[in-house]
Amino acid sequence: MHAESVVRQPLVTGGKTVHDITNDICGRVEEKPAKSWLLAMAISLTVLVIGGYYVGQLLWHGIGEWGLNKTVGWAWDITNFVWWVGIGHAGTLISAILLLFRQRWRMAINRAAEAMTIFAVICAAMFPILHMGRPWLGAIWALPLPNTYGSLWVNFNSPLLWDVFAISTYFSVSLVFWYIGLIPDFASIRDRATTKIRKAIYGALSFGWDGASKTWSRYETVSLVLAGLATPLVLSVHTIVSMDFATSVIPGWHTTIFPPYFVAGAIFSGFAMVLTLLIVTRKVYKLEDYITIQHIELMNIIITVTGSIVGVAYITEFFIASYSGVEAEQYAFINRAFGPYWWAYASMMTCNVISPQLFWFKKIRTNIASTFVISIIVNIGMWFERFVIIVTSLHRDYIPSSWAMFYPKAADIGVYLFSFGFFFTAFFLFAKFFPVINMAEVKSILKTTSEKTDK
Amino acid sequence: MESDKNFVLGVYDDEDLLLNGIKDVRDGGVKIHEVYSPFPVHGIEAAMGYKTSRLSVAAFLFGLTGTCLALTMQIGMMTVDWPMIIGGKDFLPFPAFIPVTFELTVLLAAFGMVGTFFTVSNLKPWGKPRIFDLRITDDKHVMAVDLAKNGQSEEEIKKVLKASGASEVNNKNFV
Repeated sequence: MHAESVVRQPLVTGGKTVHDITNDICGRVEEKPAKSWLLAMAISLTVLVIGGYYVGQLLWHGIGEWGLNKTVGWAWDITNFVWWVGIGHAGTLISAILLLFRQRWRMAINRAAEAMTIFAVICAAMFPILHMGRPWLGAIWALPLPNTYGSLWVNFNSPLLWDVFAISTYFSVSLVFWYIGLIPDFASIRDRATTKIRKAIYGALSFGWDGASKTWSRYETVSLVLAGLATPLVLSVHTIVSMDFATSVIPGWHTTIFPPYFVAGAIFSGFAMVLTLLIVTRKVYKLEDYITIQHIELMNIIITVTGSIVGVAYITEFFIASYSGVEAEQYAFINRAFGPYWWAYASMMTCNVISPQLFWFKKIRTNIASTFVISIIVNIGMWFERFVIIVTSLHRDYIPSSWAMFYPKAADIGVYLFSFGFFFTAFFLFAKFFPVINMAEVKSILKTTSEKTDK
Repeated sequence: MESDKNFVLGVYDDEDLLLNGIKDVRDGGVKIHEVYSPFPVHGIEAAMGYKTSRLSVAAFLFGLTGTCLALTMQIGMMTVDWPMIIGGKDFLPFPAFIPVTFELTVLLAAFGMVGTFFTVSNLKPWGKPRIFDLRITDDKHVMAVDLAKNGQSEEEIKKVLKASGASEVNNKNFV
C-alpha cells in the first residue's frame, strides 16, 4: 500500500502569472479613485473633523472635559490606549513571527496588516499624550532630557516610562520593517509610471531600487534579522503595557498573569481587526485570488486559539483571587462580575470567550459574512475587557464614601471618534496609494504554490 | 572598450531557468556583471558565489551599543547623578532597568542594520538607479554581462546566454 501526503491548498488561486500580480496590485494604485473610495474617505474625514473639534476642546479646556472623577482617574483614555495598542500587534506578529515559522500564507496579508499596525499604534499614542493635558510639554516629562530641576531625571522604575520606550521602539521598528518591504514594490510602480509626477514620487519612495541580486540577498538577511528582533519586541510591548497595571497595588490589577494574558488578548484583537479590514479590501479590490478562504480560515484559527487563552486567563484570575485569601482582591473580582458594571463584564465574556468558539465549526470559520461579524464582535469584546479591568478595579476604592461610577462625556466619545477618523483615513490613503499586497513576496512563492504548479 | 558602459542582457522567464542559466553562463567562462530580479530568488547567493552577508554582525554590534548606552544612561541618571529612594528600591534597581535596556538594544540594532543596508546597497530617496530593463520589477529576470570585462566577442557571449536558457538576448548601452 502506498500513502500519498495531503497536498497543501494553493495560496494563490485563479491561475495568476507573475505579470498578473503586478497588474492586479499596481493597477489599483494607478486607476482613478473609485466612487466607493471617495465616499469612504468622505465619511472618515467627517469623523476626523468632528473628533478633531473635541480634541481641540480638550486641549483648550484641559482634561476636565473628560468624565473622569476623583475615584476613577483612568477610564476611556487608557482603555482606548490599550485597545489600540492591542490591535497594533497583529501586523508585526504576522510579518515577524510567521516569517520565522516560515508560514508562507502571511505573504498576502502582511503589507496591509503592518500598515494597520502602524496606524493603530499612532492612535494608541494619542491617548497618553492627550492625557498629559499639555502635550507640548510632554517631551520634558517623558524623555530623559537634561533639565534645570536639579537634574530631576525621569523615573526609570516606572512602567509608564517603560511604555514610552516600548511604544516608540515598536512604532519605529515596525515602520522600518514595513518600509523595507515596500521599496521593491514602489520600484514596480515607478517602472510602470506613465506620468512624470508619479515617476518622481514613486522614484523617491523606491530609494533607487534596481532589483540587483546582491541587494536582494542583503534584503533577505535584513528581513530575517529584523524578524528576529521584532519577535521579542512584539511580545515585550504588550507585556510592558500590562505592567502599567500589574506592578501597581490596586486589587484587580496586581496580578502576575497579566503579561501573557495581555499579549494573547492583543494578538486576538489584532487579528480580528486585520480580518475586518481585509474582508472589505479584498472585496473592493477583487483580491479573492490572493487572500483566499484559506487565509481567512487560518486567521480564524489563530483567533480561536488566542481567544481561548484569554478565556482561560479570565477564569484563572477568578480562581487565584479566591485562592489568595486576600479580601480586597476577592471583592474586586466579585464586584467586577456582579457589581454595577456586570453588563460590561457580561459583554466581555460573551464577545471574547463565547463568540470565537463558534469558529470550531468549519462552516462558520470559512464563511466571509460570519467571519466579518465575529471579527467586529471580538473587538467590541476586547474594548470591554480593558474597560472592565480599568474602571471596575478603580470605581470602588478603599473608602466607601468615595465610591463612584464613571459616565463618559462628549469629549470622551469625541476623542475616541477622532482616533477612528484618523485610523480609517490613514488606512484608506494607504489602500489607494500604496500596493496593498507585497507583490515581490507573493511572486516569489507563485511557482511553488499556485494552482498551475499544483496540477 | 570602456567598462561599465556596454552590456549584453539575457532575459529569463522564471527563477529556475535563471538559476540554471547562471550556472551555465559561469561554466561557459563568461563573467556576470549582475543579475536583476523582480523578487528574491532562493539559491542565487550560492549560484553567484556571494559570501554570507555580514549585516547580522552589524546588527549585533549596533545592538550591543544600544545595551551599553541604555545601561550607562539609566545608571548615570538614577544611581550616579541624582540617587533617590523610589518605592524602597535600591539606588541601582537593575531589574527595573531591563525593559528600557531591551527596547534600546532592539531600536539601535534595527536602525543601525537598516542604515548599513541602505548605505552599502546605495539606497537613498534621491538615488537614480540604472535600469537595464523595465520588466525587471515586473516579471523578468535579467542577467547583465559587461562586454569590456569579458575576453570573448559579443557574438560568443550572446551564444552562451542563448544556450543557457535566456528567452531574449539584448544589448544595453549607457552613455
